[in-house]
Amino acid sequence: MQDTKPRGRLFRIWDSDVAASFRRSPVAIVSGLVALVIVLAAVFAPWIAPTNPYDPSSLNLMDGFTPPMQPNAFTGNSYLMGTDNQGRDVFSTILYGARISLFVGVSAVLLAMVLGISAGLVAGYRGGWVDAVLMRVADVQLSFPSILIALLIFGVARGIIPPTQREAMAIWVLIVAIGLSDWVQFARVVRGATMVEKGKEYVQAARVIGVTPLRILIRHILPNVMGPVLVIATISVALAIIAEATLSFLGVGVPPTQPSLGTLIRIGQQFLFSGEWWILLFPAVTLLALALSVNLLGDWLRDALNPRLR
Amino acid sequence: MADPFLTVTHLTRRFDVSKPWLNRVLEREERQFLTATADVSFAINKGETFALVGESGSGKSTIAKMIVGLLAPTEGQIAIDGQKLDPKDPVSMRALRRRMQMIFQDPFASLNPRWRVGDIIAEPIHTLGLMPRAEITVEVARLLDLVGLSKADAGKFPHEFSGGQRQRIAIARALASRPDFIVCDEPTSALDVSVQAQILNLMRDLQDEFKLTYLLISHDLSVVRHMSNRIGVLYLGRLVEVADAKRLFHEPQHPYTRMLLDSVPDLALSGRRRKPVSGEIPNPISPPAGCAFHPRCPVAQDQCQIAVPALRPTPTGEAACLLAGVAPPTDA
Repeated sequence: MQDTKPRGRLFRIWDSDVAASFRRSPVAIVSGLVALVIVLAAVFAPWIAPTNPYDPSSLNLMDGFTPPMQPNAFTGNSYLMGTDNQGRDVFSTILYGARISLFVGVSAVLLAMVLGISAGLVAGYRGGWVDAVLMRVADVQLSFPSILIALLIFGVARGIIPPTQREAMAIWVLIVAIGLSDWVQFARVVRGATMVEKGKEYVQAARVIGVTPLRILIRHILPNVMGPVLVIATISVALAIIAEATLSFLGVGVPPTQPSLGTLIRIGQQFLFSGEWWILLFPAVTLLALALSVNLLGDWLRDALNPRLR
Repeated sequence: MADPFLTVTHLTRRFDVSKPWLNRVLEREERQFLTATADVSFAINKGETFALVGESGSGKSTIAKMIVGLLAPTEGQIAIDGQKLDPKDPVSMRALRRRMQMIFQDPFASLNPRWRVGDIIAEPIHTLGLMPRAEITVEVARLLDLVGLSKADAGKFPHEFSGGQRQRIAIARALASRPDFIVCDEPTSALDVSVQAQILNLMRDLQDEFKLTYLLISHDLSVVRHMSNRIGVLYLGRLVEVADAKRLFHEPQHPYTRMLLDSVPDLALSGRRRKPVSGEIPNPISPPAGCAFHPRCPVAQDQCQIAVPALRPTPTGEAACLLAGVAPPTDA
């Protein structure tokens, strides 16, 4: 590490190391671009998409099953990626679907992060029985596949929420289900890092001054354990998007009126053998590209933040 | 003891080092305790530097941590300026915390790597609510100047400094609450020899300027000799000798002190044969019976294995040895 920056710059050398590592890695650049394009397309879907798939009045059932780039036999309309069975433009539904997938994935990971980081900080700093209880809960949860946990939470939520609100609440239930099934790995990593940090002298120095434990955890320890958390969070976003798609594919996710990528794939696979391949293929490729690029970004970030691999 | 500032009486700390409960039941083992500090009593006068020396594992740092409230004593008491220190009482601790600070051994670990130097130094002022926010920047600049750094350094991060500069930052932080008493836990042992003297001299200058009282923890006898007025020698958690610093080096009373002094390299090349320390410090989980030093002691007698000798007055201070001092050994 050499200090080439002028004084008073907000950027740290640490940041520039990561930036340099990004510039040197073709995989990171490509996956970063792919992820960026999909995220931007999802965010600006209402302005980019040619049609609004959520608006039933804009749909024409006669448009159904239009192949990509070919005029419809009845209406003569042509669509970039064709239409599905209800005549919805596949390209538009993918944009809106990616929006929902990303929203669910990111929100679920944020929820998992908040829960996992809090639990990990408390367990690691307190130790003793608090640590033992939290970590045994984590162990038990880890011994189930997380998709089962999500299904369980989903089932419980269905029992609690009145039927009239189920559709409106579906996205939030999905976020809670995925978030609750994913907090464990954050908790474990943060706990381990906290146990290392709390023995360091800067924490003791703060205790000598009389800084409260909560403030020590948030102001002193948290910034020093965020590195590994960021890596896990990135990879978790990819996993959460896949989990959302899996749940939606199984029919317990978002309703078909507000399709996510998973819902689109579920709709599309019904028509795979009858020859309407585009309904399945385009959402599936989008999901693959999104999950893969985010995952590769996470892999790169892990290596970039690991001082031993530098 | 004209004006004792800090008094430590019968200070004992035991650590539970037992295996987990299930292992104990299965392997039929008893609970195990490690006695890090046993029955240590001493007093530090206002404005003096009292040094604690001893090998690794002698309990030096445990005593330091108990004095600043990081560890609760198992038994015994600590009083600062007549006020009893009780880690369980937040109100009294708050008042005492302003008056005592600590300088740590490793300046690479004692400064939070993600904080700016200015924030690090200001933290005691913030936490203890000592002055309004607007004045803190000026105060931080004053503290940086005091330890020989520039006020522009407040905006930098710790990794931009060398070890000696970092220790200066740590000293500035310790001074921020304007304490009367600073515990220095091996303040120079992580530094290059060339920088050690600068830091020690800075500490002495600050002591003169602010009438500070120091408790200096060290295993480096040359540092101790340079800095301290009185010295306490620790062996396996017990104080074996307390003496005036100048006289301890010439007239060691306890055989352990003598052994430590004989092991110091002699830079004057006087031709004195250097005797390496023989043996190792025993396992503190099962210390030897009687005087803990007897297995290594060149003058040990049968009585030494029977009872722990108490500190008794000697011409230079106190020593915990049957053979020490003017009085010939009578009984244990």
